[in-house]
Amino acid sequence: MGETIIEKIVRNNVGRVVHPGDIVTVNVDRVMIHDIFIPFVAAKFEEMGFTKIWDTDKAVLIYDHLVPASQVDDTRHFREGNAFAAKYDMKHVHRSDGICHQLMTEAGYVKPGNIVFGTDSHTTTYGCVGAFSSGIGYTEMASILGTGTLWIRVPETIKIHITGKLPANVMAKDIILKLIGDLGADGATYKALEFTGDTIEQMSVASRMSMSNMAVEAGAKCALFAPDEKTAAYCEMTLTQKERELVGDTDAQYCQVLHYQAEDFVPVMACPSNVDKIKPVSELVGKEIDQVFIGSCTNGRLEDLMAAAEIVRGKHVAPFVKLIVTPASRKIYRQAIENGTMEVLTQAGAIVTHPSCGLCCGRTGGILTDHETVVATNNRNFLGRMGTSKVGIYLASPRTAAACAIAGKIVVPE
Amino acid sequence: MEKFSGKVWVLGDDIDTDIIIPTEYLALKTVEDMTPYAFSPLRPELAAQIQKGDILVAGKNFGCGSSREQAPEIIKALGIQCVIAKSYARIFFRNAINNGLLLIENDQLRDAVCEGDMVTVTINAYIEHNDNQYPITSLPQNLVEIIEAGGLVKAMQKKNGVC
Amino acid sequence: MGMTMAEKIIAAAANVETVKPGDIHTVELDRLMSNDGTTHLTIDMYHQLQNPHIADVNKLVWIMDHNVPCDSVKTAASHKKMRDFAREHNIKFYEGAGVCHQVMMENHVTSGELIFGADSHTCAYGAVGAFGTGVGCTDYLYAMVTGKSWLLVPETLRFELTGKLKDGVYARDLILSIIGMIGANGANYMAMEFGGEGLQTLCMSDRIAICNLCVEAGAKTALMDVDEITLTYLKEHGREPKHIFKSDEDAQFAKVYEIDLSTINPIVAKPHFVDSVVDAKECIGIHIDEAFLGSCNNGRIEDLRVGADLIRGKKVHPLVRFLVVPASAEVYKQALVEGIIDTFMEAGAIVMNPNCSVCWGSCQGVIGENEVLISTGTRNFKGRAGHKDSFVYLANAATVTASAIKGEITTADQIA
Repeated sequence: MGETIIEKIVRNNVGRVVHPGDIVTVNVDRVMIHDIFIPFVAAKFEEMGFTKIWDTDKAVLIYDHLVPASQVDDTRHFREGNAFAAKYDMKHVHRSDGICHQLMTEAGYVKPGNIVFGTDSHTTTYGCVGAFSSGIGYTEMASILGTGTLWIRVPETIKIHITGKLPANVMAKDIILKLIGDLGADGATYKALEFTGDTIEQMSVASRMSMSNMAVEAGAKCALFAPDEKTAAYCEMTLTQKERELVGDTDAQYCQVLHYQAEDFVPVMACPSNVDKIKPVSELVGKEIDQVFIGSCTNGRLEDLMAAAEIVRGKHVAPFVKLIVTPASRKIYRQAIENGTMEVLTQAGAIVTHPSCGLCCGRTGGILTDHETVVATNNRNFLGRMGTSKVGIYLASPRTAAACAIAGKIVVPE
Repeated sequence: MEKFSGKVWVLGDDIDTDIIIPTEYLALKTVEDMTPYAFSPLRPELAAQIQKGDILVAGKNFGCGSSREQAPEIIKALGIQCVIAKSYARIFFRNAINNGLLLIENDQLRDAVCEGDMVTVTINAYIEHNDNQYPITSLPQNLVEIIEAGGLVKAMQKKNGVC
Repeated sequence: MGMTMAEKIIAAAANVETVKPGDIHTVELDRLMSNDGTTHLTIDMYHQLQNPHIADVNKLVWIMDHNVPCDSVKTAASHKKMRDFAREHNIKFYEGAGVCHQVMMENHVTSGELIFGADSHTCAYGAVGAFGTGVGCTDYLYAMVTGKSWLLVPETLRFELTGKLKDGVYARDLILSIIGMIGANGANYMAMEFGGEGLQTLCMSDRIAICNLCVEAGAKTALMDVDEITLTYLKEHGREPKHIFKSDEDAQFAKVYEIDLSTINPIVAKPHFVDSVVDAKECIGIHIDEAFLGSCNNGRIEDLRVGADLIRGKKVHPLVRFLVVPASAEVYKQALVEGIIDTFMEAGAIVMNPNCSVCWGSCQGVIGENEVLISTGTRNFKGRAGHKDSFVYLANAATVTASAIKGEITTADQIA
């Protein structure tokens, strides 16, 4: 019988055929810990009685949620992270290079077929290069640091097949939002998503990343794209036979298969305060807004900034509206300088911050108050996520968000 | 069979981790420092009202969102004996088990109880409320082992011979 | 008897022939600047007035700069209050454009004006020969409602500059030396006036840096002679002088200092006072956690160039957070074009959007318990940059950048 991608990855890891529902212990290829949780991971690690990290090359520590610090105790996380990294000889520490999920693939820490865990729910992102990656808590992270292993339950897979050509004003973000709306915020709980079809094959790795990133908003454990030539180019590698085989077999068992026609997608938004409350932008037109945020591990990549720049070129952000742009990484920031995107954005009045989680994690980067409305390209619009519980957060694609910033209200991007 | 009763607090569907503890407070030093802010975006007064031994009842997808382990830790620190929800998000579920917070899945109780009602839980068997019984499904063996060890930290301590 | 620049500006604003130190005059104000540090308090008081109104809305400039982008729920509420009020009353409003004083210099201030700013570093405007002074929100509100205020005519300290700063020595070293010399209250209530042939060697950015810091000596205002450099700056920014005032030959100064610029050396002001100055060399080797290049004092293109030239091809020390914060969006865009932003990004710096940043200590970049910051900001008071138990050393752009590279305080000449 055929296998899904996740079943193949787990089989390769544990050395035997697995089925959904099996509980297996996997050998972990990489782990990611970010600044918010490093003090807790460090404390649990020592409390558990470990004295060394199982493989220092496999652990990556990234400061991103608290960069730059906005509260006086924030830098404690850096000091404790630095102390832990020094004590246990960690090789990979990024202190201000960007958002963890962006760096994990961009800096080459994750390769197709890897099994990766991170102390962040959006760790599902690395499925964009065909890796099984998922978020865990700091206690489990501490135990992986000591043992290099973790138990998992092999998930069922939902296959999503998309074929055709996307309309010009639709981005990968619109697709994943629509999917979350269709599946519901818990529609893929415990399950893997697998994306196929010629629309997906045409998509850049950056676009795939936006989709795998948000899969967790439907509850998914992971979201996988079969590695292809685009993946190989992105990862700066040649795919091995084993990596090329990481595709869902035609006779694999899927618990659900969804078919979409690319031409049917339209720009959408997730309305306050649930990620699965999806409406076409055309139904929301005219709502006045106070701020736009373009950034995050979902949509802070070069193609996102370029899409925004294309919209705002030669125009200016509406009076009293702020356009906050937070590139996802130092590399992206520099690429955006290099190709002129940054100049276009700043000429249009954008406030460009240093690469970090920024507003998405709600600690800084444009916090709002009662009765304010923000259109944002990140992954969550939960109650209170960006300020008080009376802030209205609309999630959208960078293209839609940029158009709204210029108009000062919700509009459908051209 | 182990049995306990408690007064219930009732919440809705999709109670996310940012509601359980907003990111703003995640850099506070200890979980105890964070507890006053539990559920603050939704019900700012709730954290102060919860008493030791109370039970939290919620709808589907409880704990969706981030991987922050403070979420189950805070619920435990507030004195909540167990959470009974229609369903749980997976990271929250793992985190709760690893911290020894008892989670019970039941899709009927939520719509039958009112806030302030008393319910009685008989572990691995059933929940009782107003003369009705709601069955509890049992957990997979590997999770039972973690819970029996007293959480993942204790399980690891045992493995490393430090306790 | 002759009058000083400060006296002449006040006399003109009071519409009287002559004034002398100690007089109190009612003056007409040219401009009223307020930022997000206190505007929400002004608005609260405004609403308590019996007959609230604005004398001349064209005089008002409101600038969001202290917490941009907004970093807390509390600030978000005061920002909304300020934004809504500005919108309702059609007040000139900036957000994201940069630090208020830099935005004012780039867009509004001109020679001979009398300006109140609800911020102590308003004295920066003296760089173009404008009388700028910091006020609290009550004074600001009164001026906003009446267009007028009262002023006590200050005595003037005259600084006669000769010579030229040596290479590697900056305007900031000069003003820190002066503050060290006269003390943190050495110019209390007074005007500090700068002129002499040495002034010709200082560009507008230098002049702004000098005037900006005069409040750290207690000065009410700072003023510089208006010359070709001033007029060129104004012209480049599309403005004409309102009036060019110059102190009379026989003006009475409380004291005249002669300062030979070539005698100045790189300076560091040690925690926790601006006048606690020492030769920068004395601080070499002190551990740092963070370095800050920015602020209304030293966040201009000239300052960024100094830092960029030093760090090009090198890296920020891995354990140091090096914040680079252009003083305005205009500065940022210029730095972008010149490749400076990329130089800092390549070196590993944290390049923030134009704002007050850690200089104000309640914005992004704050330092934690027992941490040490070396900064081109304006103040090193205890707790100014974050945690109450933290330490701030003030220095010039080159020393700050060199220290960021080394991971401890060092001077530019120590960096190979």
